[in-house]
Amino acid sequence: MIWFAAALVSFAALAWGFRLAGQAATGRAPYFRDMTFGVAYGYIFAVAALAWLVWAYMQGRSPDPAVANKFFFLRIAVEGFVVFAIGAWLFRLLGRNVGTKGTKRLFRSMPLTASFGIMMILIYVFVAVFASFLAPYGQAEIIRGVAANIMPGGDIALGGNPDFPLGTDQIGRDILSRLIYGAQNTVGIAFATTVIAFMLGGSMGFLAATLGGWLDQLLSRIVDVLMAIPSLIFALLLMTIASVWAPRLGIPQTYFMILIIAVIDSTRVYRLSRAVGQSIVVMDYIEAAKLRGEGMGYLMFKEILPNATAPLLAEFGLRFCFVFLTIASLSFLGVGIQPPLADWGTMVRDLGGFVNFAQFAPMVATPPLLAAGAIALLAVAVNFVVDWMLHRSSGLKD
Amino acid sequence: MGNVLTIILQRLALGFLTLLVVSVVIFVAVNLLPGDFAQSILGQGATPESVAAIRRDLGLDQPMVARYFSWLGGALQGDFGSSFAQASFANFTGSDSGAGSVAQQIAPRFANTMFLAAVSAAIAVPFALVLGVLAALYRNSIFDRATNIFTLSSISSPEFFLAYVLILFLAVLNPILPSVSNIFADMAFSDRLEKTLLPALTLTLVVTAHMMRMTRAAIINLLSSPYIEMARLKGMSPLRVIVHHALPNALAPIINVVAINLAYLITGVVVVEVVFVYPGIGQLFVDSVKFRDIPVVQACCLIFAAAYILLNLTADIMSILSNPRLRHPK
Repeated sequence: MIWFAAALVSFAALAWGFRLAGQAATGRAPYFRDMTFGVAYGYIFAVAALAWLVWAYMQGRSPDPAVANKFFFLRIAVEGFVVFAIGAWLFRLLGRNVGTKGTKRLFRSMPLTASFGIMMILIYVFVAVFASFLAPYGQAEIIRGVAANIMPGGDIALGGNPDFPLGTDQIGRDILSRLIYGAQNTVGIAFATTVIAFMLGGSMGFLAATLGGWLDQLLSRIVDVLMAIPSLIFALLLMTIASVWAPRLGIPQTYFMILIIAVIDSTRVYRLSRAVGQSIVVMDYIEAAKLRGEGMGYLMFKEILPNATAPLLAEFGLRFCFVFLTIASLSFLGVGIQPPLADWGTMVRDLGGFVNFAQFAPMVATPPLLAAGAIALLAVAVNFVVDWMLHRSSGLKD
Repeated sequence: MGNVLTIILQRLALGFLTLLVVSVVIFVAVNLLPGDFAQSILGQGATPESVAAIRRDLGLDQPMVARYFSWLGGALQGDFGSSFAQASFANFTGSDSGAGSVAQQIAPRFANTMFLAAVSAAIAVPFALVLGVLAALYRNSIFDRATNIFTLSSISSPEFFLAYVLILFLAVLNPILPSVSNIFADMAFSDRLEKTLLPALTLTLVVTAHMMRMTRAAIINLLSSPYIEMARLKGMSPLRVIVHHALPNALAPIINVVAINLAYLITGVVVVEVVFVYPGIGQLFVDSVKFRDIPVVQACCLIFAAAYILLNLTADIMSILSNPRLRHPK
């Protein structure tokens, strides 16, 4: 702590010197002459942080296992960051040179974050679709002749097994396979939930915008009340009730969860689609369609919907993230996706304790972090793409 | 001023109405459960007589509307009924020690949760404001882009991922802070703070990102206004322009987002408390959800909703009060 403070103070002196040296060396070039102290400090700080990162990375590669173990995760993080950055850059290069004219132009103005996002989403979709081919074992398969609780890492001295690089769980299922199937279950269920929420919230919102009057008032007040309750809390309350009803009705609890989260989330979609719909309803072409005698369904889906696609699409990305994180949180708390389905949130809860062994055997701590990281990575990727889409459509340059 | 007062009174009335309706929703939702409390307490081997007796004791033979009002009346006085997971039978057998009452369980945990939320807010709010001002000052620079990526990532990561990453680096690999927050009632403040720091840091990461982005956006929104141009042409330094001219006018949206994030803090503690085994109200809520301890679930839900609504109400009122056009009508 003291060392950190001392470093911060010495950076100040270094920054001062750096600016002075810059001014002297370039003969008071405008860039150095007008540089504020804050900017100079920022440069020194960034250089120091980078230097520390490089030092820590080298420590992670040191031959002494005690030191290497300590910096193992930092090493993985740095390597992961570099690999993903290069991957995103290559992907953007690919997009700029392959494809139709439209996609080429799209990729030309794309920031690296957005191309990273698109690449990651494609990878997740690929893994989710082909999970049964990629995974070495079934998601609920208890492998015969193999002990439960094989340690991750494949190091026989530590109780691992090279056939199971991430080990097996408490009843002998392959963790790697479950991680791969998690893409199918977690992402698939979140996607289905978002689609239901959009169908429900979107059609209700357009209906309220087109009809107005008491229906609009009624729906809007119901939505107000539902939105006044924090969504995770409300979902937990309703899941308690669903967990009692599910076995009585013989319907899996997961279906209840999909319905509950879809309804809770449709309130946000309703707000947006009603607002967007209201600004479209006053257009002349809607009036014309009404005078032609078109029905309500035609008005909503053929006239309003095509004109509301852009904001709804961006909202779909945000909602998907939100639903995905809610489902992961519920599963982590133990009331979400139920076994035997493999799911990342549940895996983090079951394996979370292994994080405490990271100091002695870093590989042992990886499965829970991989599962949690898989959730985070997809959410980050979707957010990057949505951020870029919003930035593009708003035309903001600042 | 009278105008503002009417608006505020309207908002207050609306807020309390919402709270009332929300309490009805919670009550009705809980009453959707098959069977009732009496059967749940006694289990399957209950005789009809004992079920009827407990039903009479708890007032479950009353109509639903009457039960709602007695529950609400009790809740307003801090009496949330009795939990049936913990020592609840003591109450029914006559030796009323109060150990099984929901209020008794919730009170200390509520204080813990408020402490956690307060510590996180004390770190997050200044941190977010400074970062937001800096990002607005050096907009479109490498610093701005790096913070943008960092904040977007921490907004979209689930809380438990951030929590485990912090545990990994700050508790396991470098044992600086404890990874489990076992907090007792009679603990020194510094001890308590040390054990709260890691969950508080997790919450800070989640909340700071959002607040910082909104601060940056609110300030940048104003930078094209004529009076900012004027200040710049006078030869003011960029930092002074932002802190003296842009920030005061950007306060309304900033206060709003701070209040909303505080509301999020109080409800978002659930996952973080579970990860760190922090003895707060969120942990209690999740536990009682698992054991289907309905009175506790009901009470926690009401408390969370009330905190959420009240803070959102505060956000509303503060943004009205900080709007000079409303405070000084022509």
